[in-house]
Amino acid sequence: MVEPLALKDHTWESRIFFERIVLSFGLLVLLMLVLVARFFYLQVVEHDTYVTLSDNNRIQVQPLPPMRGLIYDRNGELLADNSPSFNLTLTPERVDDMDSTLATLDSILQLKPGDIDAFKKRIKRRQRPFESVPLRFRLSQEEIARISVDRHRLPGVQVEARLVRSYPKGELMVHAVGSVRRINENDARRLDPVAYSGIDHMGKIGVEKYYEADLLGQVGYQQVETDARGRIMKVLESNLPVPGKDLMLHVDSSLQQAAVAALGDRRGSVVAIEPETGGILAMVSKPGYDPNLFVTGIDHKTYASLRDSIDVPLFNRAIQGQYQPGSTIKPIIGLAGLVTGQTSMDFKIDDPGWYQLPGQERLYRDWNWRTSGAGGHGIVDLQKAIYRSCNVYFYELAVRMGIDRIDNYLALFGFGTNTALDLPEAKGGLLPTREWKRESRGLPWYPGDTVNIGIGQGDMLVTPLQLATAITVMANRGKWVAPRMLKSGSDLAELSAVPRLDSIELIPESVWDYIIGSMEKVVHRGNQGYGENGTAWAYIGQDIPYRMAGKSGTAQVVEIKQGELYDEELLDERQRKHAWFVAFAPVEAPQIALAVLLENGGGGSEVAAPVARAIIDHHLLGGTSPRVAAVSGGDE
Amino acid sequence: MSHDFVRQLPGEGLRTQRKAGLGDVVHLDLPMVFLLLAISLYGLLILYSAVGQQTGPVIAQSVKLVLGVVAMIIAAQISPVVYRRLAPWMFLAGIGLLVAVFFFGLEIKGSRRWLRIPGVTNFQPSEIMKLVLPLILAWYFHDRHLPPKKRHVFWSLLFIGIPVVLIAMQPDLGTSIIIGASGVFVLLLAGIQWRLVFAAIGIGLVLAPALFYFGLREYQRQRILTLLNPESDPLGAGWNIIQSKTAIGSGGLFGKGLFQGTQSHLDFLPESQTDFIIAVLGEELGLAGVVLLLILYILLVGRGVILSVQAQDTFGRLLCGSITFTFFVYVFVNIGMVSGILPVVGVPLPLVSYGGTSILTLFAGFGILMSIHTHRRITL
Repeated sequence: MVEPLALKDHTWESRIFFERIVLSFGLLVLLMLVLVARFFYLQVVEHDTYVTLSDNNRIQVQPLPPMRGLIYDRNGELLADNSPSFNLTLTPERVDDMDSTLATLDSILQLKPGDIDAFKKRIKRRQRPFESVPLRFRLSQEEIARISVDRHRLPGVQVEARLVRSYPKGELMVHAVGSVRRINENDARRLDPVAYSGIDHMGKIGVEKYYEADLLGQVGYQQVETDARGRIMKVLESNLPVPGKDLMLHVDSSLQQAAVAALGDRRGSVVAIEPETGGILAMVSKPGYDPNLFVTGIDHKTYASLRDSIDVPLFNRAIQGQYQPGSTIKPIIGLAGLVTGQTSMDFKIDDPGWYQLPGQERLYRDWNWRTSGAGGHGIVDLQKAIYRSCNVYFYELAVRMGIDRIDNYLALFGFGTNTALDLPEAKGGLLPTREWKRESRGLPWYPGDTVNIGIGQGDMLVTPLQLATAITVMANRGKWVAPRMLKSGSDLAELSAVPRLDSIELIPESVWDYIIGSMEKVVHRGNQGYGENGTAWAYIGQDIPYRMAGKSGTAQVVEIKQGELYDEELLDERQRKHAWFVAFAPVEAPQIALAVLLENGGGGSEVAAPVARAIIDHHLLGGTSPRVAAVSGGDE
Repeated sequence: MSHDFVRQLPGEGLRTQRKAGLGDVVHLDLPMVFLLLAISLYGLLILYSAVGQQTGPVIAQSVKLVLGVVAMIIAAQISPVVYRRLAPWMFLAGIGLLVAVFFFGLEIKGSRRWLRIPGVTNFQPSEIMKLVLPLILAWYFHDRHLPPKKRHVFWSLLFIGIPVVLIAMQPDLGTSIIIGASGVFVLLLAGIQWRLVFAAIGIGLVLAPALFYFGLREYQRQRILTLLNPESDPLGAGWNIIQSKTAIGSGGLFGKGLFQGTQSHLDFLPESQTDFIIAVLGEELGLAGVVLLLILYILLVGRGVILSVQAQDTFGRLLCGSITFTFFVYVFVNIGMVSGILPVVGVPLPLVSYGGTSILTLFAGFGILMSIHTHRRITL
């Protein structure tokens, strides 16, 4: 299509352009006048309104912190609560002269040296103006009264009630529940400032930490109108906070109490598990500390004494303490020997009291090498090797099996990894392998290393939780349940029940009966004459009203803190061996499986077994058992 | 140079014979330079107060202003013919950069607006589009018969639509709307029939609700709703508007005095150095201070209009008019949003807001204006 020739009409164009741009400019001037009118309206007509608003900045948005979720034990007893704490706070905008105000407060309350520095740091972290900043926490009634008297000459100073975490059971539950601590600068940098508006604390240890997101809740806010002194005149609008979810734990406070009582003032740890669910019934690490100390800020001296104590009370032995398992793993090694065919139920050795690797001079001695007149356990089969805890049998069995097969079976019982579902802080222990030794030491694996592993010595390390878990798997005859703190029945659903390890299926099934039977003999085989009774029988087995399977262990002290601070006697005490006892009961239908550790306690059967018995008595027989009373009475 | 004869035909600017002044020699328009510097210095003073009388940010801003002036001088030396010849290539490059942002852009707060030149700087390609879109439209209409025919309107709407959609997808709705508006304005200046304009406005009004509910993201809808009822979102965008209105309103006729603003200095006022800086001015120097700034702005815009009227060809006229108009839209949208009559869209106040990624393009734009003005054929 041919278009008609279109000549550019320049006069027309510039005329139209002129018209349009003048028109547009008129429009722009009009729009400018709209802006001027708007500013006139705000700055002249509504001036007084905005002056009053600005004078007090009366409209404020205040965050409403949510109630942190509560934590209950399995019987509904409160383990972590929120209770009001009266804090001294200052609103910097309303304080006329900060230095003199602080000086006045110092003369009224005798502030501690660190208080003012911490306060100034908190001012800097503040998110919005007119937000009050705490100076002192947990004021006593008397202090509140003294401040009230001088209130008129302290503008900007308030006493505010806030809900803070409190742990009604104090030290008893600290290592089971964990605790909240104040949010410090490092935390503040990675936290969402909106989600933590008005919140001073967060879970930093244990269950409180793991379930932080659930316990926290959702912050709300209220828009308020205040007077010039900051008192709320009217709540204009509020959006209520959503409280955090409540948790119920498997822990049984009364069992925990029984375990603490049974340990007395000795250092040690107890982990008890419900075999059916994997729920942790008790988790004790002694000594502990009062978590309430940390909630509102601990003073430096108290903290230093906790941190530097030779007894390391802040350290959770139950999940982070790593010790040699000693003879407690003999039943597992024995089970592995039977399954792999490296030994049999009929196989016997004649124990001279020592073992020698072929072609080597070194003697690996049995524990009764000196005490026994015969110099050994005599003729020993696997069952006797367990109930008499014969080392020589296991030396030989270990060498026959070789380290790889031993490692495979120990791994099946959870050694070398953290199998707990909601205890990320738990250590995985150490399951020594050829690769591990090559990488960490640059050395090949020697047969002598295998000999040591056979009786739970050498490089192998386990936590009390791991031993309790392994004995739980034993009690369940191979069925794995992952250890866990959270119990269903609270606001949170049951944790995914899939354990991290597969259940152990043995052929033949009767191996379980044999090994568990041997462990029963540890406790129940008695009146057979010296050298023939179960190792724990004399200490706990004579009057036991139910069937218990157990195994003692004694671990060499791997590492001693050396220093001039500790006197010789104390150091001497800390060189003594750790005592272990693992057990479950009743054998027919296990309701509790546990591991007891007494640091530098001595022999497992003698020292740790009575503690285990007292705890199991409490669980199966209730608090009325005479033995529970005797043990706890004797220690306190 | 087949168009050269066109340029010698009488245009508005040639009604009077004029002499080449100093400005023509250095290719600068002195009244405009004066107004730009006046606004910039006024802005520095407000900024000095807004940052709490620190010199650091003021020095940083001054450096950017100096760089902007240098860009302006350079842009003014280049002949309009060069701009016209380069227009298509600059447009293609601009679109390419916007596409590059889509793939390689830095994601900040959920939107991709920035390109990183490693080791040098980060910049927003949408900034460049503010100049390039007027350029391509002026180029397109330059040798077309005006008023534009429908198919010319169609093609020019395509030129506008591509960058607008790309920028809206970043998403940066505020910039996208402003760029779209400045493009449409070129059509208006080119003489498009009024009935088409009114038809477009009608269709827009009908489509607006649908666009509001289906075309906008949740936070964008929220901002518009917040404008209607600021109290509905007091922790977020509503807080800004409540506080900026309080700051402005409490300033009164003559303000609380320079450096005396309580709203801004007690940190009630958010973004007080960037998007909300005029609230600081309103609080401290009152209505008088605001009106002074508005007068300077309208004088600058007026000078821009005069330069575009005096331009001697279609390309120059359209480009001058469009750049001037874009500048005004930024001023109006920013001040309108801070004073609570427009939604909060995150547009800086030209020449005054701290952080001048836009300063360079602003000055370069005025440099182009001056180039067109001072490269006229002058009868000596």
